[in-house]
Amino acid sequence: MGLLVWILHNFWALLVVLLLILVGLRIAWRFHKYGLNRAELSYILRRSPFYMVVLTFCFFAAAPFLIMFMHTFKTDGDLYRRPQPFVFRQDPTLEHLDALFNNTAYLDFIRNSVLVGVAVVVITLLLSLPAAYALVRLTGSWGERAGILMFLVYLVPPTLLFIPMFRIVVLLGLKDSPLSLIVVYPTFTIPFSMWLLSGFFKAVPPELEEAALVDGYNRVEAFLRVVLPLSLPGIISTIVFTFTLTLHEFIYGLVFIADTSQRTLSVGVPTELILGDVYFWQPLLAAALIIAIPVGLAYNLFLDSLVQGFTMGAVKG
Amino acid sequence: MNHLSLPAFPLDNRRLVGIVFLAPALLYMLLLVGFPFVLAIAFGFSDVTVGNTDLNFVGLQNYLAVWENDVFRQVFETTIRFTLVSQVFILIFANILAIVFTQDFTGKWFARFIFILPWATPVSLAMIGWLWMLDTKYSPIDYLLLQTGFLGPNGILSSNRNLFWLATPDLSQISVIFVQVWRMTPLATVILMAGLSSIPTDILDQAEVDGSRFMRTLLQIKLPLILPIMVIALLFSMITMFGDMTVVYVLTRGGPVDYTRVLGLYSFQVGIEGGNLAQGAAISLFAFPLLLAMAIFMLRTASRAEVQ
Repeated sequence: MGLLVWILHNFWALLVVLLLILVGLRIAWRFHKYGLNRAELSYILRRSPFYMVVLTFCFFAAAPFLIMFMHTFKTDGDLYRRPQPFVFRQDPTLEHLDALFNNTAYLDFIRNSVLVGVAVVVITLLLSLPAAYALVRLTGSWGERAGILMFLVYLVPPTLLFIPMFRIVVLLGLKDSPLSLIVVYPTFTIPFSMWLLSGFFKAVPPELEEAALVDGYNRVEAFLRVVLPLSLPGIISTIVFTFTLTLHEFIYGLVFIADTSQRTLSVGVPTELILGDVYFWQPLLAAALIIAIPVGLAYNLFLDSLVQGFTMGAVKG
Repeated sequence: MNHLSLPAFPLDNRRLVGIVFLAPALLYMLLLVGFPFVLAIAFGFSDVTVGNTDLNFVGLQNYLAVWENDVFRQVFETTIRFTLVSQVFILIFANILAIVFTQDFTGKWFARFIFILPWATPVSLAMIGWLWMLDTKYSPIDYLLLQTGFLGPNGILSSNRNLFWLATPDLSQISVIFVQVWRMTPLATVILMAGLSSIPTDILDQAEVDGSRFMRTLLQIKLPLILPIMVIALLFSMITMFGDMTVVYVLTRGGPVDYTRVLGLYSFQVGIEGGNLAQGAAISLFAFPLLLAMAIFMLRTASRAEVQ
């Protein structure tokens, strides 16, 4: 706690110092490796505008998150009375984090989101793994047309369908239950993952399947034992991005579920932590940041794989 | 080796297995997208409400009522304006960033993590951050402007202590567009990165052998080659933005007055909050022709890119 207080009190100074140290170390390393000469100096000078561009973009991207981080620990007095958003005049506090987890339905939201996400991922994989493979290898031109149709469906936004979907959910008796989301979310996760998966399946050399067929496997076995294991990295990244798609979804979650304890993260946080005109700012900002960081890390880890899937999906292989 | 109890022959049939593999997914989509879509159109021709769910045919009444409504006209115009204006900035920034992030540089992993955050964060949660950043009273941006003399009694921008980012007609629209650009740029960047990394390396090697410098390679080789992908990125983010209501739902609820009300939000407010399902459905269906046109244009660009 003492360390956290110290870090937060010196937040911006620490940020700048850390950045300068990193830049300094990098330059020192280059000098160590290539020697301190004119060519090296001019190389560093030539590269610096590039890093300035990166730094500027990063600052704009990160600004709200930095503010979120600082404000999580601000006392009410520090936040509202003669506000100075960039410094702490009162010691940072953990009371709002405590309140978020103990006095709000935040943990319920997390549980519901995870439940919906996992169920949707399972349904999506069961349906889209074979379908994507069929599009790539088994069906000819009509499969291609079905693929294009799927893609068109992915482009139909939820804002176009939520009203009839709402009626159907009510008729099925699923209103106010996360089950409604588990049924409806695959409508956009299936096309998305089929598109991504077909990119990864195209990357598997057809010769390997033919060899499997010659060895006495049938088509289904060739798919299960040759294609799936080889596409595992692609499948894992499909799982990650399908899960985050369900985490992002807002409109269906807002329309189908009115019961606080049944709401998901994306809907629950902005609707239940704001009571009329009363905003619980510190818990709100903390709630957003706590989700943003792990999702951001997951995206970054699997980004190369996503780019590869995009590329393969777009280029005929 | 045959662990499945079915006879081997049908499982060897490429066509049959293809149909069986594809059918469940197709059926699911047909049932849960096709049916609601037809229902949306049917709702548009009926007088269904949350209270009275009988489908009585009322002809074009809803569509005409919507079309003649001044609020709808303004909402439609706002939606198109937001979509088009933000694309200009998204495209510029995404091009710069895609070139940056397809190069190797120190700290790339961390920089990429930061730049991807706006896109990775669930939209409604990221908007909470902006709701605070653009707060009428406590905005940290206003505080900075106040300290640097742009605001306050002798301020250059305004003599007020605040700019009221989300509360004045012009500024609220600018704020919404800015936030949309902020959150959508990474998506367009990633699509462009896919395009850049799919350029065959032998073309680039050849260019280097021929003595082509960075800018020349960029302008004469890379950009023309990824032009189709750029169109795809553009249409993709246009379609996403056109159907979005989350940003304005959290930031402004469409206000002040109607200045930031977009089609999706208006349909939600009339259809769900107002309980008039029929008119809500009719409102959102007005988006369909535009979306379809964009999607078809996108697919044609994609297939033309494949032929080359």
